[in-house]
Amino acid sequence: MAVVEMQKISLAALKTKRKAILEKLQMLGIMQMEVDSIDDEELMKMDTAESRATWDKHAELCDQAAAILDKYAPEKKGMLDSLKGKELLTMENAQEVIERRHPCNKIARKILRYEKEISDCNANIAKDENLIESLVPWMALDVPLSFEGTKKTAAFIGTLPGVLTEEQILTGLREKAPELAAVDVKVLYTASDSVNVFILCLKEEAETVETALRGLGFSRPPQLTLGKPERVAEEARKDIEEQKTKIAGVIERVKVNAGSREDFHILGDYYRTRAEKYRLLGQIPQSQNAFFLTGWVPKDAAGAVKNLMEKDYGAVCEFEEKKEDEVEPTALRNNKFSSVYEPIVASYGLPQHGKVDPTTIMSFFYMFFFGMMLSDAGYGIVMVIGTAIVLKKYPRMGEGIKKMLTMFFWCGISTTFWGFMYGGFFGDVIDVVATTFLGYTGPTPILKPIWFNPLDAPMKLLVYCMLFGLIHLFVGLGIKGYQYLKEGDVVGFVSDIIAWYALLIGLILILLPTDLFGNIAQMHFEFPAAVNMLAKVLAAGGAIVILLMSGRSNKNWGLRIALGAYDIYGITSWLSDVLSYSRLLALGLATGVIAQVINTMAAMVAKNLGIVGIVIFIIIFIVGSILNLAINLLGAYVHTNRLQYVEFFGKFYDAGGEPFVPFETKTKYVEIK
Amino acid sequence: MSDLGMFFGLLGAAVAVLFAGAGSALGVGIAGRAAAGVVTEDPSKFAQVLLLQLLPGTQGIYGLLVGFITLSKIGLLGGGDVTVSLSTGLMILAACLPIGIVGLISGKSQGQCSAASIGIVAKRPESFGQAMLFPAMVETYAILALLISILAVSNIPV
Repeated sequence: MAVVEMQKISLAALKTKRKAILEKLQMLGIMQMEVDSIDDEELMKMDTAESRATWDKHAELCDQAAAILDKYAPEKKGMLDSLKGKELLTMENAQEVIERRHPCNKIARKILRYEKEISDCNANIAKDENLIESLVPWMALDVPLSFEGTKKTAAFIGTLPGVLTEEQILTGLREKAPELAAVDVKVLYTASDSVNVFILCLKEEAETVETALRGLGFSRPPQLTLGKPERVAEEARKDIEEQKTKIAGVIERVKVNAGSREDFHILGDYYRTRAEKYRLLGQIPQSQNAFFLTGWVPKDAAGAVKNLMEKDYGAVCEFEEKKEDEVEPTALRNNKFSSVYEPIVASYGLPQHGKVDPTTIMSFFYMFFFGMMLSDAGYGIVMVIGTAIVLKKYPRMGEGIKKMLTMFFWCGISTTFWGFMYGGFFGDVIDVVATTFLGYTGPTPILKPIWFNPLDAPMKLLVYCMLFGLIHLFVGLGIKGYQYLKEGDVVGFVSDIIAWYALLIGLILILLPTDLFGNIAQMHFEFPAAVNMLAKVLAAGGAIVILLMSGRSNKNWGLRIALGAYDIYGITSWLSDVLSYSRLLALGLATGVIAQVINTMAAMVAKNLGIVGIVIFIIIFIVGSILNLAINLLGAYVHTNRLQYVEFFGKFYDAGGEPFVPFETKTKYVEIK
Repeated sequence: MSDLGMFFGLLGAAVAVLFAGAGSALGVGIAGRAAAGVVTEDPSKFAQVLLLQLLPGTQGIYGLLVGFITLSKIGLLGGGDVTVSLSTGLMILAACLPIGIVGLISGKSQGQCSAASIGIVAKRPESFGQAMLFPAMVETYAILALLISILAVSNIPV
């Protein structure tokens, strides 16, 4: 319901108690430290960077070792196992692991070494594979690539550009060097734009041949291997096999240590916690024998913290007034139903102190609008049952995901409600099944809507959507009025809030009986003359107050009136805000109609196919419904957020609060009871 | 000539499904490329960027929706014996234009917007809620077009 009140608290204690106090506060996780607020040149800060880095490094070592274990010896994990939450440990269990951290670290280092061996082997394999690849064109050669000739002959091994035959190369050579006596050309391999050749000539003619070959664009292979290409490739292949066996062996050795995974998780968290403590320790001011802490504590816990610190640790504890330029951090506290919507508010921005926390009021509208957009009883029931099962089965899942699922649980209830209001249950699946498979010929729909089917009277629903929107916006404006009153700004309340209510209500009352509205909405209003008169008075009065008072901070009357006139122009933004709620209708229709499309398609395919038809129908129905639910769930979520953020918050809410970040145990894997 | 009315009605359904669907295809494609880039760097963001990629997909669904209503209106679905006069056919075509054209353009720009939002998530995953809103702003206009198309199609007398 509100922003939690914060108390600034200062504490001084003996250094001997430092460790105990910090550990206690970290465990409680209740105080946000303000380390820069004490400024005194006689106090020093401790340099803890080095020890902190050591703890961080150890934490990383454990995390890496655990990650390697996960890679080679993965734990069996179900799809929803990530919801299980952190593992719960007793203090003794954790202590027992921490006791034997040194041997554990040794194992971690060993695992890291194994990983290095594996990656070395993999590098060798890659090298071998490259070698084999590069030797493919030379396979026909039965001498090594480095072969240069015999006692009497000279050999040239290399590539020539262009796709040439042996005759063409010979002709080319003879053209360049007509005097050549004997030369033998062998094409070993023809690639797409070059040929690999083996050329043999007499030793005394080697230079002539070489010059001629250069003229043809001859080049030698980039790497010369000793030994016949075929044998070299064979050896590389053998080496790959060997490396693979070696990797398998090393992986086996890694797997042997799979039992240490738990220990790595616990130790990783232990080291992280230590690092966090040293981070703070390096920031707190200290004198010879004492140290000082300042920070924020929720007001209702402040007394208890003070007592604890004074009694158990002999510290001196004081409550302080907040200074002018200080901003207390924001934490929200709401009842059980509304608190699940806090992340939605936080994602827009937290409220500042002294302002209204919109969570509670927003939560009801959120649920209402979400249901209207998804509006299908079948999907709603699926959501409710699905989230309820997951919430029940994994009670210790992370805080954020738990809030989100609980929110979808409530939104599912609203969706079910609106589904029955509109008469939508998986679209029109009841009618389709009854007419296609059960030979039903009676009147449809079988499931009658409690209210009405939006497809039958879209205009009517559109008017209702705008009415709901108007209520939403008026509530927003009302909250702004409440803030004015809370700050004692009665003038502001009258001229910025009451005047707008008067103007808008007046305009609506003028609009309702007109033919224009009657034609659009197909609803006709007849008001007595007094009401019509009242409407005009309200509208005119509101407009005049806005015109005169809106720019009241300006001394210059001309400017003041101009600002007022500009503000009246803001009526267009009200119009667009209200129209924006038409998405309630559009998205509501979308879910229902697409569900009908799916059902119709399924029925068309399955008709007259007997049992097979029923199976086909069920398959198409399930797949289609899942897709439709997924896409419309996303749409409803996004657009409900938008209505809250843009239309509702736009009327009154300035975010800008700093989140409350207490000094606490930051763990990744385990939680200690 | 009575077939001509039917033809224009069908053309209306085609325009709605075709253009809106093409817009979504473009948009989801643009966002998908950005999403793939993020996932290569950080596979753990897969779910988040996938949601953002899906956002421009709704235009295609709106087009399908209008197309479906149109088809059942002109009696091609569920086969009622409906004759569509030429003027009615043309009216249906006109009614389908908003979602078709707005769907095409907004689908593409929403895709570009989603791609930019995917960039936000890549750098600041905690801002996912805000990142999701920017593409949703574009979608507003597709919803408005959808609304007019639905109202028009369902109110044309056949």
